[in-house]
Amino acid sequence: MKITIAEVEHVARLARLELAEEEINLFAGQMDAILEYVEKLKELNTEGIVPIAHVEVLMGSVFPFREDAVQSPIGLDRALSNAPKPAGSFFAVPKVIE
Amino acid sequence: MKYQPVIGLEVHVQLKTDTKIFCGCSTQFGAEPNSQTCPVCLGLPGALPVLNRKVVEFAIKAGLSTNCSITPRSIFARKNYFYPDLPKGYQISQFEDPICQRGWLEIKLEGEEPKRIGITRIHMEEDAGKLVHGDVTGLDDGSGVDLNRACTPLLEVVSEPDLRSSDEAVVYLKKLHQIVTWLGICDGNMEEGSFRCDANVSVMPVGSDTLGTRAEVKNVNSFKFVKQAIEYEIQRQIDLIEDGGKVVQETRLFDPNSGTTRSMRSKEEAHDYRYFPDPDLVPLDIDNDWINRIRQGLPELPEQRRQRFVAELGLPDYDAEVLTASRAVAEYFEAGVEAHGNAKLVANWVMGEITRALNDRGTSIETCPVTPIQLAELLKLIDSGTISGKIAKTVFDEMWQSGKAPQTIVQEQGLVQVSDSGAIEAIIDEIMAANAGQVEEYRGGKEKVFGFFVGQIMKASKGKANPTVVNELLLNKLKG
Repeated sequence: MKITIAEVEHVARLARLELAEEEINLFAGQMDAILEYVEKLKELNTEGIVPIAHVEVLMGSVFPFREDAVQSPIGLDRALSNAPKPAGSFFAVPKVIE
Repeated sequence: MKYQPVIGLEVHVQLKTDTKIFCGCSTQFGAEPNSQTCPVCLGLPGALPVLNRKVVEFAIKAGLSTNCSITPRSIFARKNYFYPDLPKGYQISQFEDPICQRGWLEIKLEGEEPKRIGITRIHMEEDAGKLVHGDVTGLDDGSGVDLNRACTPLLEVVSEPDLRSSDEAVVYLKKLHQIVTWLGICDGNMEEGSFRCDANVSVMPVGSDTLGTRAEVKNVNSFKFVKQAIEYEIQRQIDLIEDGGKVVQETRLFDPNSGTTRSMRSKEEAHDYRYFPDPDLVPLDIDNDWINRIRQGLPELPEQRRQRFVAELGLPDYDAEVLTASRAVAEYFEAGVEAHGNAKLVANWVMGEITRALNDRGTSIETCPVTPIQLAELLKLIDSGTISGKIAKTVFDEMWQSGKAPQTIVQEQGLVQVSDSGAIEAIIDEIMAANAGQVEEYRGGKEKVFGFFVGQIMKASKGKANPTVVNELLLNKLKG
């Protein structure tokens, strides 16, 4: 096992996930399997090959720009319509102290 | 032991576009909270960011003006962290392959040799929203989130740790501020947060080549505070080391009220941003044609202009520096020179009367009611002897108030200079007759009284007598 329990806990905390102990063990095993597969892929010789995160690059598509022209906003009511607790024009959140 | 401070600056430059970086919402400052939002900047599921072309143009302008190379293929990345002002749970930024890399700015401190400060990178990113605390939210216990600022375009300009004192840091920062405002890509308003600075500060023993552990000081939003915050942080670290302690790598917040810095984030929130290429944005290819078009459209930069003012207009270094402080000042000055011809005279007036008048009214040259053409007309009235330099200042104030042409003011108020020796002689005779005692004093060797007579004569002529003629005639008459 390459992935430690502490690493799973760390990643869970970064993702704001609360995991039960059996879940931690389960995910440690799964993450391990994923990394093992990545190790396998690393055996391939990729020298001289540019890393690509998008297939669009291979398709040679033109970059989709937007011109700097103002469009109508959706409006305050709609912006706040999904807020569990709006306060005036704001989204209300638990007090944030820096 | 003696310590050497090492400073690097990260500057966030808010770009002066009409719309946000990834959506068409307005970037206008001061609107009602959350009124300038849409699914993209609210971070609603399924919304797709579309890059504002102007942001890229502005980034290239900034890069070319700071001697950077422009990356042919730059990549947008997600910077992952949770904070209430960040609706998506990640900020779209650039990590590997930012748009501009490896540039420099030259700074010069008084009495020192010019020094190059390296610029590691300039990248494009979106701003977060704003958290509001207290009464305005109407909440007893909680904070309000305003997402109008979310997705506003920023450039982050990261310097190398080449700065060695708070003074160097301030000079570098001012230079960068001058360039981005000169280019018209940023309004430069530090109070509204359009130009913000974080300082990475560390100290090491003099002569060492191993950098000390650095602390990042945030929230320094004026040139004065940058100096204060850096100086405080240097001393704090030195004291800590001298007392046998160790500097911790951390983020610290500057408090302008006390002039101190304090620790901001606990260890649990240690930076672990898990950057990865944003799947929503394909790589950005920038071809040389585009770069060249932007290069050709660049204005003459402050440094080039300063050198030209010295070489072509024969201005002293100091004048050239002052007159290139901002593009608006430089342009005002040059328009004045074009209309008048005498660069040094126009320079004196722009740096003197105009600057004084602007400062008195707390305004800037962009709103100066006296145009450069009008200023030139006023100066021509001095050249032709129509008015004296002193009267010109009165006329200038009147031009500022009423917006009238200088010729009109001179005629309306009868301010034409009197150079006619007959008329001036008459006044001199009158004054000498009325002050016979002083005439005796002068003739008895008390030459200081000369100034008294000049004052009386100018007063009697309401300032209109030509001072040169007055001096000449008065001298002859007193010598009798």
